[in-house]
Amino acid sequence: MIPAAFDYQRAGSIDDAIHLLSEGGEDAKLIAGGHSLLPLMKLRLAAPTLLIDIGRLQDLSYVRDAGDAVAVGALTRHHDVHRSELLAREAPLLAHVAGEIGDPQVRHRGTIGGSLAHGDPASDLPAACLALGASFTLLGPGGERSVAATEFFLGFLETALAPEEVLAEIVIPKAAGAGWSFQKFNRRAQDWAIVGVAAVRNGSTGIGLVNMGSTPLRAGAVESALAAGASIEEAATHASDGLDPPADLNASPEYRRHLAEVLVRRALQEADGRH
Amino acid sequence: MHISMTVNGEGRDDDVEPRLLLVHYLRETLGLTGTNIGCDTTSCGACTVHLDGESVKSCTVLAVQADGTDITTIEGLADGDRLHPMQEAFRENHGLQCGYCTPGMVMAAVSLLKENPDPTEAEVRMGLEGNLCRCTGYHNIVKAVLAAAKTPSTVS
Repeated sequence: MIPAAFDYQRAGSIDDAIHLLSEGGEDAKLIAGGHSLLPLMKLRLAAPTLLIDIGRLQDLSYVRDAGDAVAVGALTRHHDVHRSELLAREAPLLAHVAGEIGDPQVRHRGTIGGSLAHGDPASDLPAACLALGASFTLLGPGGERSVAATEFFLGFLETALAPEEVLAEIVIPKAAGAGWSFQKFNRRAQDWAIVGVAAVRNGSTGIGLVNMGSTPLRAGAVESALAAGASIEEAATHASDGLDPPADLNASPEYRRHLAEVLVRRALQEADGRH
Repeated sequence: MHISMTVNGEGRDDDVEPRLLLVHYLRETLGLTGTNIGCDTTSCGACTVHLDGESVKSCTVLAVQADGTDITTIEGLADGDRLHPMQEAFRENHGLQCGYCTPGMVMAAVSLLKENPDPTEAEVRMGLEGNLCRCTGYHNIVKAVLAAAKTPSTVS
């Protein structure tokens, strides 16, 4: 399959990328690893007229100690997030989840920023970022702003990124010693999760859900129930409260609701076991 | 757009359309048809090559993204008539049936051992999760990779 024709420009810096985006109009798209965008382009579900390649901006590929948080450059590949010793120590959920994405070849190319900016409800990293209380640093013509993960995912493949903005950094509050778990349910290796659950317990509880609606979601009802003193089993029954999970070849909405309850329960139990 | 890269140790220069996929550049422009196209959707791994020493699916990389990189395809593994130890291990252990997935399997397996030189059987199976064998001949493929890991010169 061959994508529709497009113009291609390589950004020499992040400022250059923002400039090219501003000039390129609404059909311009950034490409880094391309592992979310190229499959869509090959299927002609996306047909940007201009691709701005930011894949060579090495200064956006890092995992850095930022005091009470870990800062991850948007162009850090899943492979490098997975193998980061700093993340393994301070936010092991994120390092683990990065290693569950796709397969080794995909993890050699795909980037954390690309995956988050794609805003796919079926992908793993958004759920981990929601559970960890991450925030995202966005750069645009007007400067820099920070958006909480909880405010970032607005609709199906739609995020808070303005057309001329670039996701530059992911900020993960340190959670060393917190209990954590990632439950990814799929039927075949390398598949997307039919349902996935990321959980972090550190006094309070953060839970992110994969593939339970049109955006990556927090399991707010479970978090509130736990905060009000409910047991894990009781709280897990609220896993899909207020949610409208999708139907597809793999699962009906009812089955997804069932999976969400089971996986939330398992995630919370495993997280507690890791304390 | 003009691109130049090293493919199997040889410098290549070409003018390509930005939408040209790396796998098509390798197969059609350079005539290196050892790299197969299977699913064309980043799933099956038949098109696996090495980009700067790491396995990637060349159906999901634009040739322009590979500009300036070092690419190795299945044709670049053997040293003349002498098979790469991974190829030799596949031959010895009959790690193939129809052979279609084999170039991608071998490339993925070499990359796997580079990252994890002494894998367990489970790690080999997980490490090859991005490669599908439509004959389901996984058993001997895993055996071959484990055998290659015991060959000192495989990890290079």
